[in-house]
Order: sequence, then structure tokens, then C-alpha cells
Amino acid sequence: MSKYYLNYLDELEAEAIFILREVWAQFQNPVILFSGGKDSIVVTHLAKKAFYPSSIPFPLMHIDTGHNFPETMKFRDDLIEELGVGLIVGSVQESIDQGRVAEEKGKNASRNALQTTTLLDAIETNKIDCAIGGGRRDEEKARAKERFFSHRDDFGQWDPKNQRPELWNLLNGKHFQGEHFRAFPISNWTELDVWNYIKRENIAIPSLYFAHEREVVWRNDAWIPNSEFLKLEENEKIEFKKIRFRTLGDITITGGIESDADTLHKIVEEVATMRLTERGNRADDKRSESAMEDRKRQGYF
Amino acid sequence: MQIDNNQLLRLATAGSVDDGKSTLIGRLLYDSKSIFEDQIAAIENTSKKKGYDGVDLALFTDGLRDEREQGITIDVAYRYFTTPKRKFIIADTPGHIQYTRNMVTGASTANVAIILIDARKGVIEQTKRHSYIASLLQIPHVIVCVNKMDLVEYSEEVFNNIVSDYESFSSKLLIKDVRFIPISALVGDNVVNASEQMPWFKGSPLLNTLETMHISSDNNKIDARFAVQTVLRPQKDEFIDYRGYAGRILSGIYRKGDNVTILPSGFTSKIKTIDFYDQSLEEAFAPMSVSITLEDDIDISRGDMIVKTNNSPEPSQEFDAMICWLNNKQAQPRAKYSILHTSNEQKAMIKDVVYKVNINTYERNEEDKDFQMNDIGRVKLRTTKPLMIDSYRDNRLTGSFILIDEGTNETVAAGMII
Repeated sequence: MSKYYLNYLDELEAEAIFILREVWAQFQNPVILFSGGKDSIVVTHLAKKAFYPSSIPFPLMHIDTGHNFPETMKFRDDLIEELGVGLIVGSVQESIDQGRVAEEKGKNASRNALQTTTLLDAIETNKIDCAIGGGRRDEEKARAKERFFSHRDDFGQWDPKNQRPELWNLLNGKHFQGEHFRAFPISNWTELDVWNYIKRENIAIPSLYFAHEREVVWRNDAWIPNSEFLKLEENEKIEFKKIRFRTLGDITITGGIESDADTLHKIVEEVATMRLTERGNRADDKRSESAMEDRKRQGYF
Repeated sequence: MQIDNNQLLRLATAGSVDDGKSTLIGRLLYDSKSIFEDQIAAIENTSKKKGYDGVDLALFTDGLRDEREQGITIDVAYRYFTTPKRKFIIADTPGHIQYTRNMVTGASTANVAIILIDARKGVIEQTKRHSYIASLLQIPHVIVCVNKMDLVEYSEEVFNNIVSDYESFSSKLLIKDVRFIPISALVGDNVVNASEQMPWFKGSPLLNTLETMHISSDNNKIDARFAVQTVLRPQKDEFIDYRGYAGRILSGIYRKGDNVTILPSGFTSKIKTIDFYDQSLEEAFAPMSVSITLEDDIDISRGDMIVKTNNSPEPSQEFDAMICWLNNKQAQPRAKYSILHTSNEQKAMIKDVVYKVNINTYERNEEDKDFQMNDIGRVKLRTTKPLMIDSYRDNRLTGSFILIDEGTNETVAAGMII
């Protein structure tokens, strides 16, 4: 006798596919915001399943800080080729060169905040009316209030106190010229759900997520990878450690954790017993109690 | 960890500042080890700044800066936790009357509502309000937690009186499954661990109840309803004739070979395949997202519904519905709104307000016809084209709709078809 209920991963998958199809049906010109991180890879995988046997009917968009892990860039290009989808790149370096934004100074300088301008410019230039992201509500407290379909005004800003209510499975993507939406198909997934799903579906992810040996420096309670952008302070020293990354962002601020988890199986086990949130190793969130909310209001991912 | 048969349970909680709701959620997350150390550290930090002794568990559920500053919850916040038996999503909403719309939103997808009663105060206006919303939104299960039992010396008599008060007023409502648990969220009695202070209570603690209650029947499995979201027509040689209707099964079960009717056109056909990615399925059921192909070439597009030929919804252009008004701008009688029902969008007009409900007392008011934000009542609607509707009581997804203001694009009302 068959069972007529879904397990939680199947239900989350069905929900995400439903949302991706709503985006396609309700918007003219959507893109998937692709960072090369596991969440955007999962969203891309879900889009592949949602529209099969058609190809994913919209392009990926990468906001390139110029401070990338080389592994991420190769991964991105291989994936684009495999899926046969388009790629739009918004370059933070270009925004700097054009004087749209100014580079931060100092030891903890990063291009994280600058991405917002590049992202909004890319959305406007390419006339994008919906940018699909891999944001999850469990990541951070301001994200816990995001909608599946999240409205942005014509300045690209989020108004968390004036959001459209979302009831049942009825998504309202109506918008005026110049406004756009962000869509978050995996809102209801947790970090562990994402890893369990990657394992179940055997989804390819950048090697950086697996434990590997690399040059790092201990800063802000995390192992920051050595790169051409790293400026060493006095009393900081380069060490050689076996680490892996729980999230991938700008190479200058993404901290790794010491780990032996070099297979998906081991990662799932490690995440299941983890006692720190994944963004705990992200220097960008540590700037203040409401760092994420402030960035999101201005149009951040 | 195994990929298993663990189900997803969606939980709605509503409560005001002092009834211990945030503490209860904090306790569930904390005792089930779903709170991370850096979150605990951040909360300890904030608690200290505010001059509290110890950790304020309630801070785990407060999201946005304004709320943290004002010490209130103003929207719907979603929380997640997983136990070895189930994954849980909590839609956490404030309980005051001015947040009725948030409660309605949180309740719309819930399997279970938790209603908190302060053991010292018993059944109050807010209890009736929350129960009304649970009943209106047809949340399949309600768990009434009688909280702060530590402050009434864990008295069985106090608990029994509250249960009996609740039973008497709730008999007017449509709640199918209600259970009562005496708890102390602050101390932890009967939340995750069984209370040693209340040996007279023979039921399960809250978490165990949530982990084991039967929810597989919460979805309607009888009436097959499939709303087409989009049509898949791949531009690939090997799929040149493929025409798949992509959508989510809203209710019921579909099988290969089923005789189906397309609405509103009324054409009939047979299901050729039910596809999910590269697999072809023998059968599929709610809430799966699939793609259906038919034996015959019929013109079908977004908003159409594929149903079984022997079980159709009612195509209707005029119907009555309970609505909750969600917007600052009050309802405009005879004004035109967009109506979104399943994947079908039409125009609608509120022809008449039949009554408004005082959700604290359940009294009907047939005189006051102005629908302001948070008002709930019965209206008569007319749409420009027929919608394929079921009553909300039979089917939450084909019995519900939203109204959208064409001037602002905002979602202004949530509706449940009678």
C-alpha cells in the first residue's frame, strides 16, 4: 500500500518548485542570483527540476566582487555550460572604476557592502523584475521575516514593516515599473536541510566546502584564507590548517572552520551536531546587532 | 543521518507580551537544542544590556530592530527546529487585536495552532479571539497550553476548570481536534520533559504531542484539484511534442490513465503521464509539484484547472465568503479588485457586506458595513469570470483567495469561500 504523505525534504522541494514556477509565470524577466555558494547552487538545481524537460528559462546573475575564490569562478563557468543557461555578471570593480562606490579602507575592509550598488545597477540595466535568491529564514534574524515574494521599491529598498501578507499558496508579484521583487524559494529550509538535500540529490558543489589544507590566518574568531587581498597585521601569522567553509562569500571575509569532513556524509553529520550558526563565521554580520537588517533595507541580497 | 519518512509540521502561535508565548518557543528551541551558541551569546549580551537577570528566552523570537527596541513582535516570524521525529516550522505572530491580520496570515498554512492560557487568568478575550481565528482558518488541530502552572501550585482543579470553560465556549466553533496540556514554559514543565510536579496529568508533554500527532490526513485526499501554473514546451528535438502542464497538486490523488476534465473549458481527456523531473510516476498526490501530460491536444493555459471527470468544483461568479481585511485603506464597496484564486486571476467586486464579526464575543454586526484593517466578516462577491471554487471547509486551497488593490498592488484581503 502506498503512503500518501511526503517526507519533509520532498515537501520543501515541492514548495520551492512551486515558487520557482510562480516566478516564471508572474514575471517578465527574472534571474537567479548566483554566488557560487551552496544555497544558490541548490536553487539552480531546483530550477532545473522545476522546468524539465525545458531548460531553465532564465539566466543566472553573478555579482562579482573581484575578491573571489578561484574555485568558485571555475565552478560557475562549468555549471553554466552544463545547463546551457545565460550568465549576467555585475562587477563591483566596474562600480568602483566608475566612481559609483568607494573602496573601504582598513584591516577589515571588504567589498561586501559595495555589492548592493552593483546589484541594484545590474537589476536596473538588465530590466530585471525578479531576482531569485538562496536566502533562508533560519540564517539570520532579519531574514526570518522575509516573504517568498519580497517587494523592493524603485530605489531597490526593502521595507520590512510594510510587507505584503502571504497567505496559503497565493503569491502576489504585482509591481509597478521600476520596482522589482526578490524571490526566496528555499526560505523554509535550514542549513541541515540544504546539506541533506545536496547529499540526497548528489549535487556538485565547489571543493571549498570539503575539508582541505590551506593557508589561513586567525581573525575575528575564524580562519580567514590567505589571498592576494589579505593584509597581514602585526601579531597575525599565516598558518597551514585543515579547514572547510560553511558559507562562501567574498574571499576576504569568509572564515573557515577546522574540520575533517571531506565527504558529504561527514558534512551532514558535522552540521547536525554543530553548535554555531553558519553565519557566525561571516565578518560582515558581526558589525552590529542589526547589520543584516540595515544592509537588506538598502537592497542587499 | 538517514533520509527518512519524517514529516513537516507547520505550527502557528499567537500571543501577547505577557502570556509567555515567546518564552515557550524559546523553551522548545532551547530544550530541543535548536539554538546555536553564538545566538545564545548574542541574546545573553542583549539581556545584560537591558538589565535582565539571566537569559531572556523570549529574545530568540524577536527579529527586527524596531521590535527588539520596543520589546514587541509586530509581524510573522518564522522559526525552525528539528527533532529526530519531525521538522517543525513555527509561524510566530503577536496576539493583540491590532495584529489580527498577522495571525490570519500565520494560521493560513498551519497544521496545528497553539493557544496559550495564563493559568492565573483563565479563558479571556484573547483566548476567544485566537480560537476564533483557528476555527475560521480551519487549522486542523488545536493545542491549548495552560501556562504558568508553577504560579498556581500546579493545581489540577485550576487546570480542569479552565478546560471546562474552554470546552463550553469553543463548542460554538468548528475545531475538530483540541487537546489540553498544563505547562510552565519558564520552568520547563511538560514542554519537552514530562512534569514531575503534575503527576495527575496523564497526557504527553507538548513536544511529544507535536511529534506524534497524525497529520497525514490534514490535506484533502478525496477531491483531486490541479491548477496549471505554466505550460512546459521544451525547445529540444527529443521533446518536440512534449506539452506538460506544470503545477502543484492542491488536493487529492492523480493516477496515470485517469479521466480528467479541463476547467473552465469543459473538455475531457485522459492523463498520459505524470512527470517529476526525469521520472514518470504512476500516481501523485497533494502537495507534490509535477507536470501532467494528456492524451489529447487541448488548449490549456495558466489558471485552468485539471480535475477528475467525476468530481468537479463549482464554477461560480457569485459567492459568499468570510474575509479578513489586511490593509490600512478600508474596503471600497463596489470597487474593483484583482482576485487571485489558485493560479487564476480575475477581477472581483464586493457587492455587499452581510455582517462583521466581533471576534472577541462572536457577535455579528449587520449595521456597520465599513471594513477596516483587521476586520473579519461575511461578504458577497462577484467576479468577471467564473472561478472553480470549493468551500473552504472542504478544501483550504481551492476555497481561499486574496484580493489585490489595483492602485497600490497590495494584498488587501484574505478570503475563505463559504
